[in-house]
Amino acid sequence: MNTFSKIGLSTALATMIAAPVAAETELTMYYPIAVGGALTEVVDGIVAKFEEANPDIKVNAIYSGNYDDTRVRALSALASGEPAQLAVMFSIDAYDLIEQDTIVAFEDIEGVDTAWLDSFYPALMANGRIEGKTWGIPFQRSTIVAYYNKDMFREAGLDPEAAPASWEELVSMGKALTKGDTYGLMIPSTGYPYWMFQALAIQNGKELMSGDGLETYFDDPAVVETLEFWKSLSTEHGIMPTGTVEWGTLRQAFLEGQTAMMWHSTGNLTAVKNGAAFDFGVAELPANVRPGSPTGGGNFYVFKDTTDEERAAALKLIEFMTAPAQAAEWSIATGYMGVSPAAYETEALKAYTAEFPPALVARNQLENAVAEFSTFETARVRDGLNNAIQAALTDAKSPADALAEAQAAAERLLKDYR
Amino acid sequence: MSGLSRHIESFGALLLAVIWISPLVFAFWAAFHTTSDAVNFNLAAPWTLDNFRTAWGGAPWLRYFLNTFLLVTVILIGQFFVTTLAGFAFAQVRFPGRDIVFILVLMQLFILPEVLIVENYVMVSRLGMFDTILGVGMPYMASAFGIFLMRQAFKGVPIELHEAARVEGCGWFGILWRVYVPLARPTYLAYALVSVSTHWNNFLWPLIVTNSPDTRPLTVGLSIFGAPENGVDISVISAATIMSVAPLLVAFLVFQRQFVQAFLRAGIK
Amino acid sequence: MAKHVNIERRRQAIYGWLLLSPAMILLTAFAFYPSLATLWTSVFSRGTRRRPSEFVGTENYTDLFADPTFWKVVTNNLVYAGATIPLSIAIALGMALWANSKIPARSFVRTAYFTPTVLPMIAAANLWLFFYTPGLGVLDQIGSLLGLPSVNWLGQPETALWAVIIVTIWKEAGFFMIFYLAALQTIPEDLKEAADIEGASRWTYTRRIVLPLLMPTTLFIMVNALINSVKLIDHLFILTKGGPNDASKLILYYIWEMAFAFFDAPQAAAMTIMILVVLGVVAGIKFTILDKRTHYQ
Repeated sequence: MNTFSKIGLSTALATMIAAPVAAETELTMYYPIAVGGALTEVVDGIVAKFEEANPDIKVNAIYSGNYDDTRVRALSALASGEPAQLAVMFSIDAYDLIEQDTIVAFEDIEGVDTAWLDSFYPALMANGRIEGKTWGIPFQRSTIVAYYNKDMFREAGLDPEAAPASWEELVSMGKALTKGDTYGLMIPSTGYPYWMFQALAIQNGKELMSGDGLETYFDDPAVVETLEFWKSLSTEHGIMPTGTVEWGTLRQAFLEGQTAMMWHSTGNLTAVKNGAAFDFGVAELPANVRPGSPTGGGNFYVFKDTTDEERAAALKLIEFMTAPAQAAEWSIATGYMGVSPAAYETEALKAYTAEFPPALVARNQLENAVAEFSTFETARVRDGLNNAIQAALTDAKSPADALAEAQAAAERLLKDYR
Repeated sequence: MSGLSRHIESFGALLLAVIWISPLVFAFWAAFHTTSDAVNFNLAAPWTLDNFRTAWGGAPWLRYFLNTFLLVTVILIGQFFVTTLAGFAFAQVRFPGRDIVFILVLMQLFILPEVLIVENYVMVSRLGMFDTILGVGMPYMASAFGIFLMRQAFKGVPIELHEAARVEGCGWFGILWRVYVPLARPTYLAYALVSVSTHWNNFLWPLIVTNSPDTRPLTVGLSIFGAPENGVDISVISAATIMSVAPLLVAFLVFQRQFVQAFLRAGIK
Repeated sequence: MAKHVNIERRRQAIYGWLLLSPAMILLTAFAFYPSLATLWTSVFSRGTRRRPSEFVGTENYTDLFADPTFWKVVTNNLVYAGATIPLSIAIALGMALWANSKIPARSFVRTAYFTPTVLPMIAAANLWLFFYTPGLGVLDQIGSLLGLPSVNWLGQPETALWAVIIVTIWKEAGFFMIFYLAALQTIPEDLKEAADIEGASRWTYTRRIVLPLLMPTTLFIMVNALINSVKLIDHLFILTKGGPNDASKLILYYIWEMAFAFFDAPQAAAMTIMILVVLGVVAGIKFTILDKRTHYQ
């Protein structure tokens, strides 16, 4: 055998030996953490379990900051040719991701089981279902819930088990609870004001956008009325501070007793539980015309620029991470909801919710939940709405004017898509 | 010179100094106490390391430190290389178009990498250096400021030394290495201190170019640690902040004189 | 002889360009080419799924001028520059004069003034967040001791930009102080002695001798401060993210947001070109008018 044949043969042998190793699929996954700190360990733990069960798949789970950071990171990676196969991103980024042609619908992935797609709470699938297909699978989902200080309720002579169930009760109980340095209620208006506003609007009977992402209803009279109500909580009724209420430090303010009630994500539940030095309760949001809250949080998305093996592996990972056992583990560690009814049937979650009923509030609210605010050009449209809310609350503009401006800006942005 | 006005001035200076140092002091206070104690200023409250433990576990700080260290080192080496060669060329080599090119270089003082973030990001991606330490460092290596400094330093070298080395048979690079570089050592040191502190603290460009903890420097790590969805914990953030500024701060306090001299020297030029 | 000179000249030229090549390659790649590419990008429309990118000339610029947010951001930046530059220079001057004089604990004072400079802006923002937190933060707590109501420093449009400005001044003044210190130390002692003999007060001495002598330094610092007023936006990411209602949004932050949050690279490019033009004008002024007063070797 001459030299060339020897080289050829050894190369062939080497490739054959190397081949099984090369069959390992590598997945890069970007994800946000909603609460700073040790939750990266929980994610790493779940991922490790997955890798054990699937030795031919390697997962790099990269923590990339909050939702905005994660979106920027994931898209930067794609734009610069770096591989990324899946990410947990804002449920409301779906329209923009589709528009930028970056994600693939789950129906288009080989091997997907439509029964699996239907196994999640429908309210949580709402943001992910666009143009008839499913683009996002729920992972860390939430609704807004009302946290309240039971001790303060007792002091004010109110029933600590009865949180406000209507807007009238909200105002009257708020007034009873506001004294000295303590406010009755704080609804944050920085960070994600549109989310809080959406809750109020739906309670007043009006959705802020259409289901196809093409229309907004900011200047609808019911919506204007809602913003006026929010504003009246501070200016007229005095149960909330004037100006904006800071999202980031609200939880601390609640724990320090600066407010008797606060509206915040259920994702804060575990942190509040661990930090509260008083008896606290969690309740569904009050109703006006009807009860309601938007959902919130992040979905799994699979990127388009992936091979079939990568998609199959990503699908497996997502199925694992949203499986009832893992969903239960994630929910207990964070306060986010279990994403499927089956999750709540697991022993772990059953025991946890029996011992800690507030963990069920968000799930119970799903009955009345609506999709989170999302349209095409969602970041800019949302920005306009956020600005309008803040302008009204800081008395820079009247609610009607502010919302009219936001609506005009939204029209300008959306008309190209209709 | 009235004694009273002197006293008032001293008092004013000290008051300003106290005000100036207070944010650091308060952060220090918050970092070592629980959040509740910190915001309520319970002076008798117990000191705790819990915040540091939480902060430490919340992000791969060691990795961030390493990345930052690598980054400033890579940038410094690149800068030394580029600015030495270019500074020498401008100082001692006569070639056509030298003055025009020098103006172009000075223009870079105003074409900041930060302003060009979008296109530089595209460039770095195209070169395949996205999410690499080299990618973060490259735009800064041809530092106009550094070139200028080196040119000044090299111009100050007596021509006789140059001639003497030439007579001994050294080529250009030999002369550069044997005569100019050693004599410019104070400038190098000064420049190094300025460069390291600038790039240790750089944020926007690394934010865009790094994507994973493997390359992320301290500043970016601190920013994502401090901006979670559901709210900030002042004590933990303070602990994380103190932790990440500690090395440079300690280095500064120990080597104060050198730091100040370095900036002074860089400033005079 | 002439031939030798020519060969020598050619060798020098080759060496010169060779030595310059690393710098020129890097500068071209990361300064000159991107500037041109930005100009190119700014005259095309944004490519999306429905409509690929096409040449639109000045449309991005006209859109920008019609965008009220753009004008708000420009106004903000002008206020920001207009406040940080004089204030930080004035404070830096005061600091330098004090740090240079015979006051007690001079070393501590100088260290205290300079320390913010060695911190990253992100850390500085974190530190000041503790100050600005409504109700729980240091400023409000001090205020409540004095009977003042709680102020939402970062959450009100009226105060948000000023809160940001204060953090910038805190960070910058110490840095500028160093330049003044350097300059002060070059002022010969005899000038002071002469002033004393003449019977001039310290204030007169400072005003009529020291300040004019510091003018070149002041101009140098002004240029630096101007550049920083464009470049230094790190703290926005932590403190306000440009809010509330764009009250504290600065132009570089808006560029970042436009490019990386709204995915509108052409608009971001248009704004970048405008900043480059402004910086270019500043550069022009510096190199022609200002440099006539100082001389370089």
